[in-house]
Amino acid sequence: MLGYIFRRIIAIIPVMVIVAVFVFLLLRLTPGDPAAILAGDNATPEQLERIRNRLGLADPLHIQFINWIDQLLRGDLGTSLISGTDVSAMIGSRIWPTINIGVMTIIISVLLAVPMGVLAAWRHRSWVDYLVMTFSVLGFSIPVFVIGYIFIQIFSIELRALPIQGYRAPSEDFIGFLQRAILPSLTLATIYVALIARMTRASMLEVLGEDYIRTARAKCVRENLVLFRHALRNASVPIMTIIGTGFALLISGVVVTESVFNIPGIGRLTVDAILARDYPVIQAMILLTAGIYVLVNLIIDISYTLIDPRIRY
Amino acid sequence: MANVPQPTSAFQVALHAMSLPQAWRKLGPAPVVAAIMLILIVLAVILAPLYVPHNPMSMDSANRLQPSGGDFWIGTDAYGRDLFSRVVTGGQVSLLIGIGAAVTSVILGLLIGLVAGFFRWADGIIMRIMDSLMAIPAILLAIALVSLVGPSVMSVIVAITIPEVPRVVRLVRSVVLSAREEPYIEAALALGSSMPKILWQHLMPNTIAPLIVQGTYICASAILIEAILSFLGAGVSTEIPTWGNIMAEGRDYFRVNPGLIFWPGLMLSLCILSINLLGDTARDVLDPRLKKRES
Repeated sequence: MLGYIFRRIIAIIPVMVIVAVFVFLLLRLTPGDPAAILAGDNATPEQLERIRNRLGLADPLHIQFINWIDQLLRGDLGTSLISGTDVSAMIGSRIWPTINIGVMTIIISVLLAVPMGVLAAWRHRSWVDYLVMTFSVLGFSIPVFVIGYIFIQIFSIELRALPIQGYRAPSEDFIGFLQRAILPSLTLATIYVALIARMTRASMLEVLGEDYIRTARAKCVRENLVLFRHALRNASVPIMTIIGTGFALLISGVVVTESVFNIPGIGRLTVDAILARDYPVIQAMILLTAGIYVLVNLIIDISYTLIDPRIRY
Repeated sequence: MANVPQPTSAFQVALHAMSLPQAWRKLGPAPVVAAIMLILIVLAVILAPLYVPHNPMSMDSANRLQPSGGDFWIGTDAYGRDLFSRVVTGGQVSLLIGIGAAVTSVILGLLIGLVAGFFRWADGIIMRIMDSLMAIPAILLAIALVSLVGPSVMSVIVAITIPEVPRVVRLVRSVVLSAREEPYIEAALALGSSMPKILWQHLMPNTIAPLIVQGTYICASAILIEAILSFLGAGVSTEIPTWGNIMAEGRDYFRVNPGLIFWPGLMLSLCILSINLLGDTARDVLDPRLKKRES
């Protein structure tokens, strides 16, 4: 087990190195000169040259890459070209809204989707099943931001029940946070719920056909125990896997949702950085999100053994 | 060649023309409704220049943000352009991007996947690169690519294709890995068939059915990503109407006329919905095993 965890952690290294090389080349080999952005429109060639030297852009590519990796390993993410502030400080000040809304989304999604999937599989081919499947197909077909605007239209404009946009830190004003975070979380949750409910249903359908389920029912185990203890536990590995791979959808969704609801999180930070070609911020954010994705999936892989003792590494 | 088992049989069976009532009885109403809806949308979009009541590009400051009804069926946008004409015309570029991204990612993924699945030495390197690409969130990668390379239909297709390729590669590779152990591949090897011939004539046909399914899903998701890219300001030039662009421009006037987001959103969702439903049906018909594996 420990050996497996160790091997998995080692296997992350090449993946992250390739991501780093890819991001680096992407930014260096595409047209656009960060020095020109920094210098402004009416800079003289000498000024450009000076900025280029200061940023290390005059060095050959491999030297630039080694310098960057060296910086990263010392925990220095660089400074923003636009605002001149430290990138790690920028991320630190913007990450909490994203984490809070992300955690709320995952909780909402799992609490909604798993019972939906279980119910659909339990009443296979009934109206409940069709309703869940319809919702799940719809969830995949409507763009995240359209869902967001529909929620705003219904809850904030027609019913006037919730504020339209913005963000409050939960430590300052918890009720205000909930009021502002519920719509973004529900928006983000839609596609995640669709994904998890679909997988839960498929996985449960498979397990519910097994002999031990018939045995459990034959000895009069209560039906909800059959479903949630006997069946769901054995159906949980594919569900966990989809929660992990779906995490990429969540990260993409965050970017969009934060723009719709005007939330000052890292999703908007990244989009703004990309549109402004703030290279150090883009590099740091893509590495960070890729790292989070890989880590979440690692944790899920390891947790299989906790849920399902049949799995041994 | 004649006595080699034909792995495409399920695919050929599915291609046998079915009449609509037959399909309804066999597959249920969903795919039939989806097929009709998709055909209607595609026709409406392609034939748009023939029947749209107004030029979708012509601005008219006297008619800004008109409500629906009258001369403008579903109102006008912030520049006084007819929303209906823009929504149907906008589908052209959106569909083009969807199909373009689906075709390029399937072709690229097929070629890379065949190599990764068949040649052990290439497998490790290719799959590590694919894992890394999958770790980067698709939307971030796509906006970065478009904003760095410059907005055009081509760069949007490329930006959507690159994050999709690893998924196709994984699929093709897994099919090839299981097919290469089959006796007919051994037989072909023993008979001295060349590598490219084995790859293309014997292994590639196994991938057709799953690739058709995957291709429809990619087409749907590409249309969706195009909308998101435009919405975030990293899409096709705003002068070209696409479903995404119309919604992106409608953001600021959403409270005056919600239709600016609702109508293009509805067209786009119906389109993606019907493609997804057809993809689900194709999956069930073409490969029952696949259904079990990924549903």
